[in-house]
Amino acid sequence: MIGLALAVALQVGSKQFTESVILAEIAVQALRSAGVEADHRRELGGTRVLWEALRARQIDLYPEYTGTIVEELLGGERDFAGALDRLGMRAGGGLGFEDTYAIGMRRLEADRLGIRSLSDLARHRQLEIGLTNEFVRRRDGWPRLRQVYGFSDAHVRGMQHELAYRALRSGGIAATDLYSTDAEIQASDLVVLEDDRRAFPRYDAVLLRRSDLPDAAARVLARLEGAISAREMIAMNARALIERVPEAQVASDFLRTKLGIASSGASRDALRRIVGRTVEHLFLVAVSLAAAIALAIPLGVFAWRHARMGQAILALAGVIQTIPSLALLVFMIPLLGIGAGPAIVALFLYSLLPILRGTHAGLAGIAPELRESAEALGLPRSEVLRRIELPLAAPSILSGIKTAAVIDVGTATLGALIGAGGYGQSILTGIRLADTGLILEGAIPAGVMALAVQGAFDLIERALVPRGLRNGR
Amino acid sequence: MSPCGAGGEVPAGRGSPGRPAQATFGAVTAVFEMAGVVKSYGRAVVVGPIDFSVPPGTTTALIGPSGAGKSTLLRMLNGLIWPDSGTVRFRGRPLDAGELQEIRRQIGYVVQGGALFPHLDVRENVSLVARWLHWHPTKIAARIEELTAIARLPRDALRRLPRQLSGGQAQRVSLMRALMLDPEVLLLDEPLGALDPMTRFDLQEDLRDAFARLKKTVVMVTHDLAEAAFLAARAVLLRDGRIAQEGPVEELARAPADEFVARFVRAHRRSP
Repeated sequence: MIGLALAVALQVGSKQFTESVILAEIAVQALRSAGVEADHRRELGGTRVLWEALRARQIDLYPEYTGTIVEELLGGERDFAGALDRLGMRAGGGLGFEDTYAIGMRRLEADRLGIRSLSDLARHRQLEIGLTNEFVRRRDGWPRLRQVYGFSDAHVRGMQHELAYRALRSGGIAATDLYSTDAEIQASDLVVLEDDRRAFPRYDAVLLRRSDLPDAAARVLARLEGAISAREMIAMNARALIERVPEAQVASDFLRTKLGIASSGASRDALRRIVGRTVEHLFLVAVSLAAAIALAIPLGVFAWRHARMGQAILALAGVIQTIPSLALLVFMIPLLGIGAGPAIVALFLYSLLPILRGTHAGLAGIAPELRESAEALGLPRSEVLRRIELPLAAPSILSGIKTAAVIDVGTATLGALIGAGGYGQSILTGIRLADTGLILEGAIPAGVMALAVQGAFDLIERALVPRGLRNGR
Repeated sequence: MSPCGAGGEVPAGRGSPGRPAQATFGAVTAVFEMAGVVKSYGRAVVVGPIDFSVPPGTTTALIGPSGAGKSTLLRMLNGLIWPDSGTVRFRGRPLDAGELQEIRRQIGYVVQGGALFPHLDVRENVSLVARWLHWHPTKIAARIEELTAIARLPRDALRRLPRQLSGGQAQRVSLMRALMLDPEVLLLDEPLGALDPMTRFDLQEDLRDAFARLKKTVVMVTHDLAEAAFLAARAVLLRDGRIAQEGPVEELARAPADEFVARFVRAHRRSP
């Protein structure tokens, strides 16, 4: 059993913020230096994704906070150690620091308005507050603050964490939720408002893990307990975020100086990174698109031949199209885990509709006298389909495929949220680090790929669409 | 054919003196027969009840004003439209959905404008079914050669796409496509309807020559009495889905069955 577990590398997840990435990197490097194989599944799309991935045993551990476990994941269960135990998980002892939710403002503005505590802020109802989407939804987040301090929703906007910091610096918003170990607090001269009515629970950082980890791994993780102080964490966050030192390097330096563990934090150079991401991205698009073509064309033919069922099929595909992509990805984690698999399934589902519609519209657009003449020839239906109907519908089918492909290239960037890699990984990391260069490193190749795919399909169109159907002579 | 089978057929066909006279295996009296055929769309009866038969080797023109049910009647002969009640027989046997494809290969079909497949060139349009039947390429080439002469299509048109043909040429190609498998029967729905008068005149001549030479059974729809008189030995005049009168066109003119027939004939006399 243990031998089997050791044969596969431990999967360490992290959330989409720097502290989580550093902590996961520390765990991975510590494990590797002790001879335990470990992979870092970086920057997965939020608490829910990681929790589901852990439950589905797609990952083995990830950095989490006790408050989040109690409030968000276990629905307020006080005996969280017992509840986790029943789920086959444990949190272990804390890493040594607390990273609680807090509300921060620019020092200048707070001083000017005389705001020191959350009670003060609640009295200034006209101030714009930008909150991370997760914070807005969490029971221990905004709902708790509204209940305890009587905040109103009128001036609240949901936004991404790093973008909220940017908005705060530029004065677009007056306050935002933040973490008490954020590097930005010192760097941007923010004040953390006092939680004078004790609305937030404790958020001790832990490594949430399966309870049946191999002994060697458990021993390594035990060494990390209590090893990191709040000051050290803030300093590491600042190095990564403000000095732009790669997280792997930050983690490696910490392990060497604090614990005397030698490890390697080498990171890939930009070119190799882009090539790697391109391969990942192309893989997601190619597999999902091929599968969508293989299903949607026959389904479109079926939908055309059976009008009533056809309407139902088209409607269903339309509904799938409206499911938010992240929601679809999270639904799939219990079924397919994380990584390329669920991303491909989601992209496949999104690609169905354009191809289905193109096929259906192409067949429906065939002139009735042509269809009748084809029938009157006495060819079997399959031959009429193959030799007459599909060639006549080809321009419409191909334009559906082209639309699907371009959407696919764009949507595949979201695959990074569940660890499928691709250009989205650069974009996510870039947003997290407020690194425009890194964002462009993902966005530009994605745009180029979309254009290239479009161009490739133009060529295919030239080859496949019969010359009698093309414009001009 | 086994000698035994042939031997068995002949006495049965000739019949013993005691049997009533009837259509036998050897000599079917009609290519098409319709009995009590009715077709309606919703509450509107488009055709019928109609009894109608087409003797082999004849040319029949279905004539009548728009909406009289001519095209619907024609399409029921090759099963493109299925009657609500009544039977349609082809060579003595009721049309059967299971055999329809085979039956249709024995019935050439030409519609107004030609309905050529735009993605295939002339040769491909004409040889589509023959290729599916795995005819040898030399046989296909020879047959196309023959048809080019019959339909009087310029030879350089064979490589063209439908959109590169004139209206008259498209109609000639459509006729070639219908004749490719050398079917016994030709159905034509307003074959010359969309053509200018001179092209139409030429094609009428060529069609009449082709019908006379090939000795096919032909059923065609036209709204033009003169065209019917020129091409067909027999006319069937339809009114509101029923037969008003049938017989040679001269007979319709000489002895109209009722006032409607008389008016239909007069209307055509006045037109140029």
